[in-house]
Amino acid sequence: MKQLLVFVKKEFKQVFRDPRTLLIMFGLPIAQIVLFGFALTSEVKNIDILISDHSKDVVTTEIVSKIKATNYFIVHEKTMGDQEIEKTFKGGKIQCILIFPDGFNNELIHQGKSEVQIIADGTDPNTAKTMINYLTTILNEYQLQKFPSSALRYQIRTEPRMLFNEEDNGSMNYIPGVMALILMLVCTALTSVSIVKEKELGTMEILLVSPFRPVMVLVAKAVPYFILSLVNFTIILLLSVFLLHIDVRGSLLLLYAESALFILTCLSLGLLISNSTNAQQTALLISMMGMMLPTIIFTGFIFPLENMPWILRTVSNIVPSKWYFIIVKAVMLKGLGFRFVWKETLILIFMTVVLLSVALKKFKIRLQ
Amino acid sequence: MPEASILVRDLSKTYDKGSVLAVDKVSFEVKPGELFGLIGADGAGKSTIFRILTTVLLADSGTAHMAGFDVVRDYRKIRNLVGYMPGKFSLYQDLTVRENLEFFATVFGTTIDANMDLIKDIYDQIKPFSGRRAGKLSGGMKQKLALCCALIHKPAVLLLDEPTTGVDVVSRKEFWEMLKKLKAQGITIIVSTPYMDEAKLCERIALIQNGRIMSVDTPVNIIKSYPGKLFAAKSNDIYKLLKDFRAHPEIESCYAFGDYIHITLKDPSSSGLEVLNRIAMENNHSNVQIKEIKPGIEDSFILLMSQQKDLVQLTTTK
Repeated sequence: MKQLLVFVKKEFKQVFRDPRTLLIMFGLPIAQIVLFGFALTSEVKNIDILISDHSKDVVTTEIVSKIKATNYFIVHEKTMGDQEIEKTFKGGKIQCILIFPDGFNNELIHQGKSEVQIIADGTDPNTAKTMINYLTTILNEYQLQKFPSSALRYQIRTEPRMLFNEEDNGSMNYIPGVMALILMLVCTALTSVSIVKEKELGTMEILLVSPFRPVMVLVAKAVPYFILSLVNFTIILLLSVFLLHIDVRGSLLLLYAESALFILTCLSLGLLISNSTNAQQTALLISMMGMMLPTIIFTGFIFPLENMPWILRTVSNIVPSKWYFIIVKAVMLKGLGFRFVWKETLILIFMTVVLLSVALKKFKIRLQ
Repeated sequence: MPEASILVRDLSKTYDKGSVLAVDKVSFEVKPGELFGLIGADGAGKSTIFRILTTVLLADSGTAHMAGFDVVRDYRKIRNLVGYMPGKFSLYQDLTVRENLEFFATVFGTTIDANMDLIKDIYDQIKPFSGRRAGKLSGGMKQKLALCCALIHKPAVLLLDEPTTGVDVVSRKEFWEMLKKLKAQGITIIVSTPYMDEAKLCERIALIQNGRIMSVDTPVNIIKSYPGKLFAAKSNDIYKLLKDFRAHPEIESCYAFGDYIHITLKDPSSSGLEVLNRIAMENNHSNVQIKEIKPGIEDSFILLMSQQKDLVQLTTTK
């Protein structure tokens, strides 16, 4: 027991003396959270819109000022003919054009209806749809406000609400995903490198020729990285709450317990990699490069898993971060209890047991 | 301290699925408390033998026992009683001298203070650097630290794989002084080295080449068993002298050795000095010095090596 304690202490010393490990451990998570939280949001803002107003009456002026009042659009005004439309889009700056025809207000008052044209750059369909949605909403609101009586007697009005994310905070979906991604990569990479390092530097040979039980090397390696990963998780959580304003709705204890379980899964994977390789480079390559892409794709926080063909969906089932992502979303964002995530928890436990037993089986009490 | 002997029988080991033969039917015995040397060039198979003895590598065939324990079956017992210093510096470079010692002491279930008497002489020399990281030590200091770590648990057997390679002459001398002191404490020591001058410092040595042991005996006996006479020669153009001797039919072997050329003759009854002087004269050498000398351990080694080469050629041509 005392041997294990000294081993763990040694491990901590080595981590804190190695700037590269520290950078991966704490620099990477902070960079990722900030990057995903701020830069990579799915919200559409600052759209360059061109308004071609052929009518220039009271109503169109009011609508334009309403569009200007939102922070979604940067309004450019220029009255132009149809033939200029394509040229404008080809210029690349304008993403959307709103055209009021001549006599817009007149028609509205005398015929009871009037038409307005929205043309969006369809090369990015998601952004185009979002822009059209914004504009339609603004026009509808204006109409209701201006002519409440003119509304039809029978009408279905939609009242959409984004539950759990009323402000349409784009970071919300990313944070659990980034948490899963960071823990998975950092945890696995550092653990895998730490054992291979002993092999590469030859210290493993000395450790083997000692009364220290070889399996205890695995334990001694896992303990420090488990603790460090929990610290890491806390940093991510604090950043999410205070920097990106995401509330933890569910039980913090449950969130920590589930995260600890997920960290164990990643540690087991890291131990397995380190027991199967002989060079730090290989271990790092497998755990960082080899796992980065599958984790990003199959966790489901960037590309919805539901849209994938069945074969890819099946593959996603063996990626631990997918299950952790589901758990974190449920507990952190929706505030659900253990009752709702027991299935995913069980899957993670199962994965950990399998990975750990294979890692132990692959651990060699001799060289080669 | 328990006295521990080592017994190796017909040990063979191949690498790369049998394509590279590293150790070829090696047998030797080390008596309890003996200082035993494995002498051979790089790649002779010394490190492989060490790794089999320290239980971290499995032999293809043959048996080995350390202090009565089988290296395969009783590996755990052996791991408790040996001290091992691998050929490559294998301590934690990012830990300090003191931290390395403390770590290995604890791993071996002991403390630095409990065994201070054993390592004191060595430790005193690295003590001024105890706060320095192991990676920043000089070669000699690293070896001393590694030896301390290997000794920290009072092992019954000490295995040192090329402990003096890459170490300066003074440190090498000090190192061997220490080994003698350790031997006096009753520790059985096997040490490997590519340096012939260190062979004389062992009680008994095994000369090893291409995975085979050519001879096991005391250094004195190995030199004594040198057949025939050995001559040393020197002239103004030593390279031409070497070539001329080699080309002559009466010369058996001829090789450069420091400032001199060492020569043996095919006919042991002939007067060697006369023959050699005649050859030198015929080839117009000036300032020729030729004398008969006592063979050293290197000469024995070179002779054994050439005999083994002949043997290999003989078996392959058959």
